[in-house]
Amino acid sequence: MRADGAIPVWPEAISAHADSVDALAIGFFALIWTLALPIGFAIVWFGWRYRRLNEDVDRKQRHHGLTWLELSWMIVPFLLALVFFTWSALLFRDLHRPPADAREVYAIGLQWMWKFEHPGGQREINTLHVPAGEPVRVIMNSQDVIHSLYLPELRIKQDVVPGRTTSLWFRADDPGSYSLRCAEYCGVSHSRMVGELVVMAPAAFEAWLAGTEAGLPLARAGEALFRELGCSGCHGANAAVRAPGLADLYRRPVPLASGETVIADERYLTDSILMPESQVVAGYEPVMPSFQDVVTESELVALVAYIKSLSGREGERE
Amino acid sequence: MKRAADPSGLDPFEDAATRLKAQRMGMWLFLASEAMIFAGLFVSIAVVRVVWPDGAVEASARLDKGIGTANTAILLTSSLLVAIGSAAAKAQTPRKGLVAAAFAGAAGLGLAFLAIKTGIEYRHEFHAGLIPGAGPAFPIDTPGAELFFNLYLAATGLHAIHVAIGAAVLAGAALAVWRGWLKLPANAPEVEFCGLYWHLVDVIWIFLFPVLYLVN
Amino acid sequence: MTDPSQERPSRSENFWTARETALSWFLTTDHKRVAVLYALTLIATFALGSVGAAIVRLELITPAGDLVSAEAYNRAFTLHGIVMVFFFLVPLIPATLGNFLLPLMLGAKDLAFPRLNLASWYVFVIGAGLAVAAIAMGGLETGWTFYTPLSSVYADGYVTLAILGVFVSGFASIFTGINFIVTTHTLRAPGMGWFQMPLFVWGMYATSLVMVLATPVLAVTLLLVIAERAFGIGVFDPAIGGDPLLFQHLFWFYSHPAVYIMILPALGVMSELVTAGSHNRIFGYRFVAFSSIAIAVLSFLVWGHHMFTSGQSMYGGIVFSFLSFLVAVPSAVKAYNWAATLYKGRITLNTPFLYALSFIGLFVFGGLTGLVLASIAVDVHVHDTYFVVAHFHYIMVGAAVTAFMGGLHFWWPKITGRLFNESLGRFSAVMLFLGFNLTFFPQFVLGYLGMPRRYHEYDPDLQIWNVLSSAGVPMLAVGYGLPLLYLGWSLKIGEKAGRNPWNAAGLEWTTTSPPPEHNFPEPPEWEGPAYPYPVGETEEPQVQEEAQPKPEREA
Repeated sequence: MRADGAIPVWPEAISAHADSVDALAIGFFALIWTLALPIGFAIVWFGWRYRRLNEDVDRKQRHHGLTWLELSWMIVPFLLALVFFTWSALLFRDLHRPPADAREVYAIGLQWMWKFEHPGGQREINTLHVPAGEPVRVIMNSQDVIHSLYLPELRIKQDVVPGRTTSLWFRADDPGSYSLRCAEYCGVSHSRMVGELVVMAPAAFEAWLAGTEAGLPLARAGEALFRELGCSGCHGANAAVRAPGLADLYRRPVPLASGETVIADERYLTDSILMPESQVVAGYEPVMPSFQDVVTESELVALVAYIKSLSGREGERE
Repeated sequence: MKRAADPSGLDPFEDAATRLKAQRMGMWLFLASEAMIFAGLFVSIAVVRVVWPDGAVEASARLDKGIGTANTAILLTSSLLVAIGSAAAKAQTPRKGLVAAAFAGAAGLGLAFLAIKTGIEYRHEFHAGLIPGAGPAFPIDTPGAELFFNLYLAATGLHAIHVAIGAAVLAGAALAVWRGWLKLPANAPEVEFCGLYWHLVDVIWIFLFPVLYLVN
Repeated sequence: MTDPSQERPSRSENFWTARETALSWFLTTDHKRVAVLYALTLIATFALGSVGAAIVRLELITPAGDLVSAEAYNRAFTLHGIVMVFFFLVPLIPATLGNFLLPLMLGAKDLAFPRLNLASWYVFVIGAGLAVAAIAMGGLETGWTFYTPLSSVYADGYVTLAILGVFVSGFASIFTGINFIVTTHTLRAPGMGWFQMPLFVWGMYATSLVMVLATPVLAVTLLLVIAERAFGIGVFDPAIGGDPLLFQHLFWFYSHPAVYIMILPALGVMSELVTAGSHNRIFGYRFVAFSSIAIAVLSFLVWGHHMFTSGQSMYGGIVFSFLSFLVAVPSAVKAYNWAATLYKGRITLNTPFLYALSFIGLFVFGGLTGLVLASIAVDVHVHDTYFVVAHFHYIMVGAAVTAFMGGLHFWWPKITGRLFNESLGRFSAVMLFLGFNLTFFPQFVLGYLGMPRRYHEYDPDLQIWNVLSSAGVPMLAVGYGLPLLYLGWSLKIGEKAGRNPWNAAGLEWTTTSPPPEHNFPEPPEWEGPAYPYPVGETEEPQVQEEAQPKPEREA
């Protein structure tokens, strides 16, 4: 029971998407009864009327199948299912289309905590502060096993899979403190991998950002690493080795040697650092070594943030 | 139509034709089940080829096509021997010497396959660090290449186990026919089923070979 | 035709007593005895799995992790999941009722390969033994889904041993599947065509197809986990070159069909219970029969709906969502056809029929909540929460085990030759239904409220629903335990059943109860449709003890 004694029956919904999911869930509630009640009624009614001892009913002319009836109870559920499928698929599509101006936060899941890092270098553990009313995109990596970032009040979750980058986005409307959980079983202390999503009014959030001790801003930390690891030796402006320039790369289409074109998103940047030979840029030699076992997940996040900071749009906001 | 009483009760069939039909169907279902074991691996390899085409090509280039081709030829020859043996077992006047010789020959070719596979091919790959173990580190950086090789080891290793079992079955059948423990033509179906198993082992290799060795 | 009274077999002719030594049981090839061996084994595994469930539900009465440590809790639900899924639910109906009834329903002396059938039991016992050994030495904490790289690299415990047990027991399924398919093709009684077979046989046939074709994929997947864990052959762990999602694809390619291995036989049992209980032919025989096959085929195409939040592509998710919605169609066909079968029937509300009715309720509700999970947008919210736990318990336990209980009561007089106490039977059926809903309905609410599964500690706000759920457990215990008592008791004091106490149609009711060693004194033949219950209002309810069921056998 809640502190106020009320029994919880429905979780709070703090985003437009959460409201849409609830509407769909209520639609399902109606669908379930629409399909189930005829069966219930039929069973009770037939069960009573045709009970063994009731000899006052006509049992002649039994049907052992009626094709139109069979077809009707195949087609009607099928059409209803089609409606619900379309409804839900459209909602799901929205989850895969983050707005371009979404604020970004990096998350790393590990046994058993969540580490978050804001682009300004503010780091948090098991708590995530976000501004209300603004789209936020969480870009996630795992350091060990599969985890899943679950924000029930937003009705979303996304697995965090080692070896690849995943992301989710949301626009939380109501300031307050909400739950944040790991939903994918990840070992002994799985149920302690929980935390808090703190949604703040934009002004309060800016104040929080300003007042929180920032480590080196992520992009700046990445820049240091970029030099330390020797990346600048090839990708830098005065590099001796010819390597693709990184300025203004993020979110731009990149022509590959294979003839395909990919958009330089986080996954592409991460993959290019860890597995440089997978997607070689057209016109370049595959000479870059892999940094698979060289950089940690957090260093990787910083490097990607630095490369992103080299694009104009990212620069404007900072 | 009455069935004769059968006090032993082991045999639920009323006539030999139905019994044979059931045995044949059971054998094919068993083979289908075996094939599904490899289907999971084939799908995994296909996924690697689609998701990381460069890694798959590069890894596949490190496989020894010469050895692979030789082993394919060995298995095809053995299947031919098994087909000859099975035909001889079913013939109107079965020739038990031919059956035993053909099966024994096929079993010998199976052993040759295993010797080449494990003694030469795996050994080279191990020393090159291509397959896991205490050898050197994996030499290719391209993503997917290591997964391709690991799946290669899993698939060919599992196949090698099947070759070993199949060779034992063929050798056993050859001995049993030669010594007269399996009578011909009465036991021709049993001989045929041993042969069918070998054909399955062979067919799996026919699929494995291009999927693993001939990627481009 | 001989007079039925002269056919009554002497004691030695019934399969229980035909051979008396213990060795005769361990070396038996009689499908009925193998079914009994399996049943006794499954009682043991069910008890073991229930211990795990009880620890879980006891721990969750309070939100703090205060009863057992987190490690012990994780080992308890892993034990519960592995034992219940692989060593109880998968073989539950096929290996017991299926083994016992398939040859009887087809009019055969035995399954096509009696020795393979016995081998299946031994293989199963060995597999279960390995898993039990792993548990006895301290267990494992991977969850029954063995997700990598947790299971292959990070988890402690006897993972390899337990996986080996599951791997070995898979062959028991394959053997059973091969046996059933071949038996159905080759051993039908003269005159019994495919569309005159009881629908239970159709259910077993569809199940067997899934067993033969899906189990090997699980087998190879588990081998790959062992290879990674024991030998470092990286297939799933990204740190050594693998791909963790590959495991999920392979695992669910088996494990989704595995759910249908549990439910398809239950659907078959239901068609028998509904027709016998309403004394009517099934409504729409061909639709019901083909819906089993349709469900089996679809089961291979929907595994991706377990992975909507895993990072698979958006279009992949949408395709799997659509295919999953399609499963609703054949499932609806079944439910509506059973309801229509009651129309103009002659209905007796006895114990098996009560189980059948509660099955329909649980199956419809479990199936429709499956639609909720098939819709991606809602699934993203409730995936990996108690909503999923509730849903699959409604199908795999609520529906499948209730159908088994119904079938067990229905065929108990045939199996043992004794009648059980009808009042206790009805009481147990009602207790099971109420206890089940009390235990699992609150979990739907918990799931929508956002409680993830496999949580040792949880948000105190959610305690009330967890307490309700745990409160259902004692009722469930009565619902499952009481039948053991009165059924066992009936062996001593139960009234003799006669051939056909329910006055039901089907070849199994034409032989004596319990059946003799080779099932039928004379090979039966079949004529007419399946379920040839009499039509018309004038016929007397046939309750004579040794009534000769339709169709008349021709001598």
